Amino acid sequence: AAKGCGGVWRRAWRRGAGGPSPALCGQRAVACNAGGGAVPAGKSGLAPWVPVVGLEIHAQISSNTKLFSGSQVKFAAPPNSLVSFFDASLPGTLPVLNRRCVEAAVMTGLALNCSINKKSLFDRKHYFYADLPAGYQITQQRVPIAVNGSLSYSFCIDNKMSQIVTKTVRIKQIQLEQDSGKSLHDDTRSQTLVDLNRAGVGLMEVVMEPDMCCGEEAAAAVRELQLILQTLGSSQAVMAEGQLRVDANVSVHHPGEPYGVRTEVKNINSIRFLAKAVDYEVQRQIEELESGGTVLNETRAFDSKLGCTVPMRDKEGKQDYRFMPEPNLPPLILYDAKSLPANMNHQQVVNIDWIHERLPDLPSVKRAKLVEWYGILPEHSFTLLNEDGLAEFFENVVKQTQMKPKKVIGWILNDLLSYLKQHSLTVKESPISSFLLADFLNLLEKKEISSTAAKQVLAELWKGGGKTPLEIVKEKKLELIQDQKELEQICQTVIDGHKSE
Amino acid sequence: QVSAALKEGRVTPTELCQRCLSLVRSTRFLNAYITVAEETALKQAEESQKRYLRGQPLGVLDGIPVAVKDNFNTAGIETTCASNMLKGYISPYNATVVQKLLDQGAVLLGKTNLDEFAMGSGSTDGAFGPVRNPWSYSRQYKEKSVPKSHSEDEESNWVITGGSSGGSAAAVSSFTCFAALGSDTGGSTRNPAAHCGVVGLKPTYGLISRHGLIPLVNSMDVPGILTRCVDDAAVVLGSLAGHDPKDSTTIQDNFEPFELPDLTDVSKLTIGIPKEYHAPGLSSEILALWSKAADLFKNAGAKVIEVSLPHTCYSIVCYHVLCTAEVASNMARFDGLEYGHRSDMNKSTESMYAATRREGFNDVVRGRILSGNYFLLKQNYENYFIKAQKVRRLIANDFVKVFRSGIDVLLTPTTLNDAVPYMEFIKEDNRTRSAQDDILTQAANMAGLPAINVPAALSERGLPVGLQFIGRSFQEKQLLTVAKWFEKQVKFPVIQLEEVKRLDHAAFQHQKSASFS
Repeated sequence: AAKGCGGVWRRAWRRGAGGPSPALCGQRAVACNAGGGAVPAGKSGLAPWVPVVGLEIHAQISSNTKLFSGSQVKFAAPPNSLVSFFDASLPGTLPVLNRRCVEAAVMTGLALNCSINKKSLFDRKHYFYADLPAGYQITQQRVPIAVNGSLSYSFCIDNKMSQIVTKTVRIKQIQLEQDSGKSLHDDTRSQTLVDLNRAGVGLMEVVMEPDMCCGEEAAAAVRELQLILQTLGSSQAVMAEGQLRVDANVSVHHPGEPYGVRTEVKNINSIRFLAKAVDYEVQRQIEELESGGTVLNETRAFDSKLGCTVPMRDKEGKQDYRFMPEPNLPPLILYDAKSLPANMNHQQVVNIDWIHERLPDLPSVKRAKLVEWYGILPEHSFTLLNEDGLAEFFENVVKQTQMKPKKVIGWILNDLLSYLKQHSLTVKESPISSFLLADFLNLLEKKEISSTAAKQVLAELWKGGGKTPLEIVKEKKLELIQDQKELEQICQTVIDGHKSE
Repeated sequence: QVSAALKEGRVTPTELCQRCLSLVRSTRFLNAYITVAEETALKQAEESQKRYLRGQPLGVLDGIPVAVKDNFNTAGIETTCASNMLKGYISPYNATVVQKLLDQGAVLLGKTNLDEFAMGSGSTDGAFGPVRNPWSYSRQYKEKSVPKSHSEDEESNWVITGGSSGGSAAAVSSFTCFAALGSDTGGSTRNPAAHCGVVGLKPTYGLISRHGLIPLVNSMDVPGILTRCVDDAAVVLGSLAGHDPKDSTTIQDNFEPFELPDLTDVSKLTIGIPKEYHAPGLSSEILALWSKAADLFKNAGAKVIEVSLPHTCYSIVCYHVLCTAEVASNMARFDGLEYGHRSDMNKSTESMYAATRREGFNDVVRGRILSGNYFLLKQNYENYFIKAQKVRRLIANDFVKVFRSGIDVLLTPTTLNDAVPYMEFIKEDNRTRSAQDDILTQAANMAGLPAINVPAALSERGLPVGLQFIGRSFQEKQLLTVAKWFEKQVKFPVIQLEEVKRLDHAAFQHQKSASFS
């Protein structure tokens, strides 16, 4: 299967009895045109396919309390211990909007180049489910808080760090909405267990237009969004903890023809699985259509063990959510410096300009600065930011060493990072601190040890133990001898020792 | 006046409480109360007594027995909304208005009966049976009623209270308490107030917190106040109004409680008479009373002008769409999972939900849920819900225009008739009745305006008839001032009830004086 972008979508497997062969599921058969446009017909003479991928991303807002109630937001607390009367939908309770959640959404909207709607509205979306106590979710269907933004993301062709492609995906909108509780189905006892700790937690739903064409692009876009959210602090965006959930909308069509029927793919638990799920679904749809079948407008779940998507039983037919304005929440009014009334209490309002002024450097800005200040390559800056804490580590080392950043980066990316990856460690857990590494690099720089000796010292440092590089060098007698006379003496000793031979 | 009596020690809170409780017991046949909280009430009375002895009462309401409609949450006390769905449901919190009353030292006697989930205009469609209008047993009514046959006794002749806050109205009317909370969505406080001969105030939407009031229509509901005189209503309003951070639909402005001036000069007033309120079905009696009232103002020097609220006739259908839509939404939470009735059906979540809701709701509630969901369907939303919202805007604008043209207060009838006998009332279904009975009160809820029923006179059948004043947004002071003047002019008679008379005469004087302020 052609890897990396620049190839053509083709069937890359033998036609089997059923759908795509299991062997395929484990592979990334991705191949989509970097330009995203029409692709010439392949060798097999079949008409090419254009995959279309859109994403709906739910990011849990990082806040102390929930979107409309005062109960705490915490991960992995005892079941039903973080539930207020409102969250349990006790009759007579009313929603009260959490200011921090609004600010988080505004920050995110600004970071994604959206227009912030100065007036947005809340609606009720009705459906019955055990994890939705009120029988409806409060969301923003008519007028969301932010619209019409964009997100630039990059990825490497051929996995080779040499060619970076940058693309943009349009952000349709960002809306505030409630998270649901969690329900666990216990089939053995024929019961459903409901935990409402998560019910009512604030979510930002970020809708990305179908501007992407493959798993790699989708993954890169989500990765960049994740970094942005984490930089802003508006969401911790850890997928494993359910703070970032991604649903993919996938369809295929021939160039020049209208878009095909799309399926929604859910239950994607990591960015890696996102790429797999999207690519699998694209292949599945192509296979289905080429063998004369049709693609159903359905919801499918990604099975990470098998690497396939399967139809979800729960969704039968189309749901009518009977949207209705939320009568207990007045329109959300935001202000900017121009529209702020003079006598308004600063505590009572959210000022978009005020938030804008205080936005931190976004990842793209950070990367550009790293490249500019340290002379490293752009692809290096991506890697630095992609690993939590690595950029800081790098900068700390640079501060403490005489070695040029352009050389330091090699040690960081090749030696440090690969070691950490091999041992499944985070930067925080690194046995070698930035101080120690800087020390070590100084020895190299001052030519006090050879590069061969350096590898030994490094190996020793990885073991931990708190020994400084200098101590290790002295211990193992790895010092580089610069003195000419001393060297001659050693050589002479060796030669003398072998005189007999 | 009873408050003064408490202060002066002529009667103690405990005595007062006990007398009221005893009256509640002897008027059980009215079925005005669903739950009587005897123990807690007596405890509250004791606490109040201690405060009076220290000379430190919390305010005018300290020690005053009150009742609360059973759709307000009361901590530790069953809150049922007269529905099987919430039978046995003990609220874990107090509604804001309940808390405010308790903070003022009021003594909560119990929870009053209503139409199930406040849906109805008779207080006849609840899980605990219908409420009987105390006036059914008054001398005034009995004298005027002609028995159809010898064998007929007063049992079958009793008249309804109106609704849906019938229990609260009956409780106040029969002297078991000095004030009661109701709710008003389409007239549910003013309607029973008119039929039971008490003052029923619907405040401006957004003035009083709805936190803890189990909602019918969130965009129209308000807590309502029922008392025996206008001054009392002002006092209760003063203790309840104001911004509540727990209710985002309450206005932020500071609210200043006020005392009502004794108006003597009405010459600066302009009273509007909306011609559309001469609705089909309006009894000639009430029409005449309305006319008399207008003359009363005119003769006292006020300007009385006929005005027009042209979209009045659409308010009932508009209400039907918006109300059922919100009901469908608000009732979605009743699934038996977290609280309330849960069916034994356990084949699946869906079947449990369905069975629970079928068992828990009466057919009025179920009917409205079905209608509401219909109107909210994607294909119907534009034609029904959105249209109704637009019509609502037109109705509200009618009032804006009229008030802008210089009208201070509107004067209208509250009901089309005096109270009908129960046996006759139930001949028509709930929906038909509601559509008929809400017609004069509903528009004020559409527009969010304050309105008040003031008892005006007795009908030919010896039953109370009231008139309604509708005021400008947040101008309760002006509205109540005019209402108080009118009340003084008409001198509505006190109900003559056997049960009330049986009480100790001396103490009864306080209650008979019909007011606590």
